[in-house]
Order: sequence, then C-alpha cells, then structure tokens
Amino acid sequence: MVSASGLGVVFDGGRRGTPVTALSGVELTIRRGDFVSLIGPSGCGKTTLLRVIADLERATSGSLTVNGLSAEAARLARAYGYVFQAPALYPWRTAERNVMLPLEILGLPKPARRERALRYLDLVGLKGFERKFPWQLSGGMQQRVSIARAMSFEPSLLLMDEPFGALDEITRDGLNLHLLRLWAATDITVVFVTHSIPEAVFLSNRIVVMSPRPGRITQVIDSDLPRDRDLESRETPEFQRIARQVREALRAAHSYD
Amino acid sequence: MVNLRPVLTVLAVLIALWYAAAVPLNGPRTAEQLARAGSYTAGDWVLGTWSMTRPVLPAPHQIAVELYSGLLLQPVTSRRSLVFHAAVTASATLVGLGLGLVLGVALAIGIVAVPVLDRSLMPWIIASQTVPVLAIAPMIVVVLGNLGVTGVLPKAVISGYLSFFPVVVGMVKGLRSPDPLQLDLMRTYSAAPRAVFAKLRWPAATGFLFPSLKVAITLALTGAVVAELPTGAQAGLGARLLAGSYYGQTVQIWAALVMAAVLAILGIGAIDLMERVVIGRRGGRR
Repeated sequence: MVSASGLGVVFDGGRRGTPVTALSGVELTIRRGDFVSLIGPSGCGKTTLLRVIADLERATSGSLTVNGLSAEAARLARAYGYVFQAPALYPWRTAERNVMLPLEILGLPKPARRERALRYLDLVGLKGFERKFPWQLSGGMQQRVSIARAMSFEPSLLLMDEPFGALDEITRDGLNLHLLRLWAATDITVVFVTHSIPEAVFLSNRIVVMSPRPGRITQVIDSDLPRDRDLESRETPEFQRIARQVREALRAAHSYD
Repeated sequence: MVNLRPVLTVLAVLIALWYAAAVPLNGPRTAEQLARAGSYTAGDWVLGTWSMTRPVLPAPHQIAVELYSGLLLQPVTSRRSLVFHAAVTASATLVGLGLGLVLGVALAIGIVAVPVLDRSLMPWIIASQTVPVLAIAPMIVVVLGNLGVTGVLPKAVISGYLSFFPVVVGMVKGLRSPDPLQLDLMRTYSAAPRAVFAKLRWPAATGFLFPSLKVAITLALTGAVVAELPTGAQAGLGARLLAGSYYGQTVQIWAALVMAAVLAILGIGAIDLMERVVIGRRGGRR
C-alpha cells in the first residue's frame, strides 16, 4: 500500500535559517489492511512522514510509492482520506454538507452525495446531527464529522494525524473503539500518528517507533493482539507486554543524550 | 429591549447645545434687525435668533419644519420635494454601489488569484483614493457627457470610484482568510483552483463582504452628493445643497444634510438586514 525507501525530508529553513533535517533514511512498508501507528516524541517527524505520504510535503531524497503510484499521482487519484489534528470543518456548512464536500469535488450526483453523507455520518454515530452546524457540535463530534468526511469518498487509505489529540480521555476512548470497529468493518488501511502509547497499542497491528533529530524510524513492533479488542483488552498481559515493548523502544531512541 | 434613556439623554443634550449655539451665532444680525424696528427685550432677541429666515445656524425646529414641508407637503415629483431629491441621489448611490461592488470583487479576485496583480495593481488602487474626488468629479462628468452619457450614470461612476475601495480591501482579506488546514484539505482532494475558489475562498469571504459594503455605501452616497455639486445638477441632495448656498438658504442646506444622513442610515440598515439573513442561513455564526 505504502512503500518508502531511503526517504528523507530537509526543510531549507528560509533565507537565514539553517536547513532542518525532518526525516532521514526512512524505510517503511505498509501492507493493505494494516493499521499502522507512527509514535514518537514531538519533533520526530511523524506528522512530516504522514504529510509526505499525502503529498502535502515533498520528500527531498529517497523513493516513495502509495498504492503503486508516486505520492503526487496517488493524491491526484484521490487514493487517501486525511484527518487532521483539528476537525477543519467549514463553518458555513452543516455536518452533512461538510461530509458532502469531497463528493461535490469528485462530481458525484446530488442524490448519491446525500446518501453517502447520511451513511457515513450514521457510521460514525452521528445520525440525527446531519443538519447541525460545526459550532453546535462538541469537539469529539466535530472530529467524527471529519472522519466521516475523509471516508465518504471511500479511499483505500486513511491518513490520520493525531485526530484525537485535543480531546478528553473519555471521548478519546470512545472514538478509539469506534475507529477500530470502522477499520474492522471495511478493508481500509490506516496510518495513524499519535504520541500516546496505549492508543497506539490499542489500535494498531503494527507500531512504528520514531525518534527526533533527525527524524527516523528506530523500531517497528508487530502486535499479535487479537483483532476484536475492547477497552478491557488494555488490562490484559499481552497488551501490557506490547506497551512495555513500545515504551522501551521509545526510551532507547530518546535517551536525552 | 434597548434602553432608550441614554440615547434620548444624548439627543436632548445635543439639541440644547444646538439652541445655545444658535444664539451667539445668529445674535448680531438679529440685534440689527430688531434695532431697526425699535426697542426690544432680551427675550425678543433670544427668540429672534431661533426664527430668522436666513440664519447662520438654523435652530433644530426650523430644520424639522423644513423637512416636514419638504417631505410631506409637496407632490413627490416637484422640485421642492425632498423625496424627489433624495430619490435622485439614492438612485445614483445604488447604481454606484453596484458598480463599486462589481469592480471591487473583480479586482479582489484578480489580486488573490494572480500574485503579480497584487504588486502591480494595489499601488494604483491606493493612489486612486488619494485623488480628491472633488477634483476628478467634474472631469468624469465632462468626459462622459462628451461621449453622450448623461443622467444617473456619471454620478454613479463617481460613487463607484469611491466605493470600490473598501470592497477590494475587504474581499482580498476575506478571500485570503481560509487557514492552512482548510487549504490543505482541498489539496488532499486534488481540488481544481476553481473548486477551491467556489467552495472555500468565496464562502469564507462572504463574512467580510458586508462590513465592507457598509463603508462602501456611505462613500457611494458621499460620491453621489459630491458629483451633484460641481456639475450644475438640477436635482439631487447635492443640487439642493448648492442651491441653498447660492441663495443663503441655510435651513434648506441643513434639511438636505439631514436627508443625506437619513439615506445613509437606511442604506446601512438594509445591508445589516441582508447580512443577518445571509449569516443566519449559514448557521448564524461567523
């Protein structure tokens, strides 16, 4: 699905600034149907990596294919849906019309747009809120609208950049569970950026541990947890074992010099 | 419910000050007139300052009487009717505002879409507003007159010349108001520039349009009145001002000024109403 080799990103730092190496030597293969979490402290380039996959940032070295295409061609082919840290809803559109936005751009006929919007809002548990404007929805609901919007045009890849970072823990737990069910119900591939170890372990079947200065991948941990998880799964010894593995990988990568 | 007491208090104070100011301003000439007629008391003198036919500063009730007779006691097609003059000026203002709106929005779209235009057009747009409108108004009227364009259009052109500026400034700001996240979102959809404009930039700018229009309509009104001054216009509030000053009819001048203010308030009120309707349909917040 996604394959990166020797991938590097250097920001030129503007006219006076020194160049900043955001990513270096990234080797990563994401298989179809994977739920991959990118985890690491801030500044480790996890968001940059996601943005490079989305062709929102250009790689300065190495090679990258998304769905067998270059990142740009994949973006032009609308291969992925992107969920940002903030919901980024358009405030003048209702929830329903926000979800219809990509469908309008793709040129779907109006009845199909409406049907899809209703279906995906229902899927994220927002039936009955179709006609609400963003300011009438809570933060968690807004983020769910943005997930419905990213999935509405049925891309095979979902890129999520700390989508629940700004939410309280209870809302976050609920949305994690919800996301897991969505992933199980579809054959979508998810790349998920987070800095929460329990979130990464709970959601993923592969966890990519990253470290800063320069941003790079230090370890990839495969999780053999069963796919049908609930919030109690986090209490099991298997879960704790993988969480410890991730924590140790993060500590090893980030020894505070 | 709005508390009217502070409003009415301010109004009462202003009117009291106005009456007080009329006494010294009109006093010397009132005294002359009264002296010619014989002896007079201080009371005669004070009351006289408030009822001169051609006062330096007319008293509020004189303007009120003039407004009343001009608005209600004349047939509306008569040249003595303030309704007639106000309508002439208002039509030039509205056509001018329309021209300013179209020109302003078109320029703003150009400036936002084509970076070169930002640097090449903006200085000219700013320079256009530094030219005194009183200086170019007669030229525009003469040039257009030679081309056979007369009537409401030359005045509207001058109104448009003044009113496009706040529209450009507001719309450029509005079209650039989407944040990087909202723009990135469009990029993830590989949206064509046309779609980015129609679905993001334009709706985002609508909220900026109405405040600009409120400034623009007062400027358009000023433009229409000014355009009527140097051109020998026979109709309109500007013509009324000019005629009043020729014949020393200060009451007439003040009545025309009040009418202009009323027009401006009505215009801003109408735009405010449109804003409420549009913003209300877009979810009531922005």
